[in-house]
Amino acid sequence: MPADPLIRVTALGKAFGARLVLGDVSLAVHPGEAVALLGPNGAGKTTLLKILATLTRPTRGAAAVAGHDCARDAERVRRVIALVAHGTWVYDDLTAVENLRFWATLAGLTPSADALAGALAQVELDRVASVPARTFSTGMKRRLGLARLVLAPPRVLLLDEPFAGLDERARKWFEEHLEAVKARGGALLMATHSLGRELAIAGRIAILAGGRIALDAPHGAVGTEEIRRLYALHTEEAS
Amino acid sequence: MTYARRAWIVLWKDLLVERRSKETLNALVFFSLLLLFVFQFTLGPDRERLTAVLPGLLWLGFVLAGLVGLGRTFLLERENDCWEGLLLAPGDKSAIYVGKLAANLVLMGLVEALVLALFTVFFNVDLGPALGGLVPVLALGTLGLAAAGTLFAAMTAHVRARELLFPVLLLPAQVPVLLGTVKATEALLAGAPLGTVGHWLQLLAAADAVYLVVGVLTFEFLLEG
Amino acid sequence: MLTQTLGWIAAVAVIAGVAVALGVAPREATQGNVQRIMYLHVPSVWVAYLAFVVTAVASAVYLRNRAAATDRLAHATTEVGVLFLGVNIATGSIWGKPTWGTWWAWDARLTSVSIVFILFLGALLLRRATEDPERAARSAAVLAIFGALNIYLVHQSVNWWRTLHQPPSLLKAGPAAMPGAILAPLLINFLALGLLAAYFVTRRVRVLAAEAEALA
Repeated sequence: MPADPLIRVTALGKAFGARLVLGDVSLAVHPGEAVALLGPNGAGKTTLLKILATLTRPTRGAAAVAGHDCARDAERVRRVIALVAHGTWVYDDLTAVENLRFWATLAGLTPSADALAGALAQVELDRVASVPARTFSTGMKRRLGLARLVLAPPRVLLLDEPFAGLDERARKWFEEHLEAVKARGGALLMATHSLGRELAIAGRIAILAGGRIALDAPHGAVGTEEIRRLYALHTEEAS
Repeated sequence: MTYARRAWIVLWKDLLVERRSKETLNALVFFSLLLLFVFQFTLGPDRERLTAVLPGLLWLGFVLAGLVGLGRTFLLERENDCWEGLLLAPGDKSAIYVGKLAANLVLMGLVEALVLALFTVFFNVDLGPALGGLVPVLALGTLGLAAAGTLFAAMTAHVRARELLFPVLLLPAQVPVLLGTVKATEALLAGAPLGTVGHWLQLLAAADAVYLVVGVLTFEFLLEG
Repeated sequence: MLTQTLGWIAAVAVIAGVAVALGVAPREATQGNVQRIMYLHVPSVWVAYLAFVVTAVASAVYLRNRAAATDRLAHATTEVGVLFLGVNIATGSIWGKPTWGTWWAWDARLTSVSIVFILFLGALLLRRATEDPERAARSAAVLAIFGALNIYLVHQSVNWWRTLHQPPSLLKAGPAAMPGAILAPLLINFLALGLLAAYFVTRRVRVLAAEAEALA
């Protein structure tokens, strides 16, 4: 691809004390691309995403988003990315719209009441807009997190098991949203266990095993069965 | 402008949650009442002894209440798992410190007003004439306590023994503020004019300035994961 | 190799310092020989505060560059500073017993130093209590910077607090007002203890580095 990669990981290593989680990871995601990051539990997918999200620093190598180094230029990176992971960032004592208003304003936006209502409507939380989030199910809380993406569409989306806890309608909405990000020239890096329809959105498959990228291939070139076989093969190799 | 707006939204959020749950406020009010009774029991009806130790008692009450309240600064973020969200929201992280500090100041201000009222009523102390001088002393002292306390709360937020470590770290660090406020209050309650405690006010102002600057400059490093 | 040389130089300096303190320095008229403990008491607080200045600077540099070596320096100087401050407090107490008649007095200097001692001991506690080592380093760095800036405020406030209640304590005069016969041994011992502190810091940084290596 001619354009500069939006996500560039070079020889990245991360150790937690004695435990080496990532050894030598290199990966690039270009504008308009979606890469699915597969790997067994403990392979380091979440760690890799955390480094890219500037939540932690690598012990070796470099990670850059939109040309900015994640460790040294963290603020610039944070302006460009959004992280959709396990944490929902929902204050139980605040209502849905208050939660949304808080996070949007903290990010430097000035959303009007209409904009907030509109975002909540898109994730179908408009009926509970003034209800304290304490009563929400996990799925509802996740949707509230997704509403933030509507208000501040990111260029780079880092996703960790993003479809977990979403019902069918929410999944469809989110898939469309992700396609829109790609169409706009954004980049997606999605960590997932599942070899199911999550992969549909991904143009490339990367398998993280043994602290390295064991496989990096276009999705179309490899059938589902083939992926399953390779996944089992590489994760066995690593263990 | 964005900075002020972001600090304001943090203040707004904390006060809104507090208004709904009233957890911290309830705890502090209850605590103040308790202190009042303890002081009364230990000091008895001896008026002279009471007047002599009143400044110290007053500030002891404020500081102990402050320890309880300030220690909870990031409780919401921990309980609701929002710490990462604060870090990832783009923009100067010190705005969050300022917002949290403002929320703490409001809370402490309320508790101090309550404690003063309780002392006036239950210990029959007339603070009227000294009140004009007391207000700047209270303001400067509370700012110092809250500025350091908010920072130290962030420092100990991820420590398992934080209930223990927080007061152990904060109290010695607050010695200049404690001495300044108690000494100034003592003089004011004895009827001295504000001008005579000018040097203490200067010390308090200097401490406030130092603590604020350190807080604003270093908070982002404590927020990191 | 360098560390060993430093160690030997420090040892020689300390012996010289002790000799000067016990032999060369004048005998104090009223207190007698017990006053000689001052040649350990005073330089140790100078060395401790110097160590804390290094801690504060190293902490600031660490927050900027995140080099583990810088953090190890901050850690080691905190420990050595706390150690020498402990020596100062202990010698102050020992000196006080025959002179004041009590093991402890809320003297301005002793009180201030004790508070600073607890402040920086707190930094060591914070390091130990924080599970993530990187977070521990950062938190300790912030606390050290705060503590170092607080040192002057602590001393000033305690000074004002004491001087309103008691006559000035023993050592009110600064170095300029001191006769040469006392100043020279003080400076010699300051140098000696400084070298000793530098040696301790170097050794400690080595140990910390080795510990980090062993974990990796």
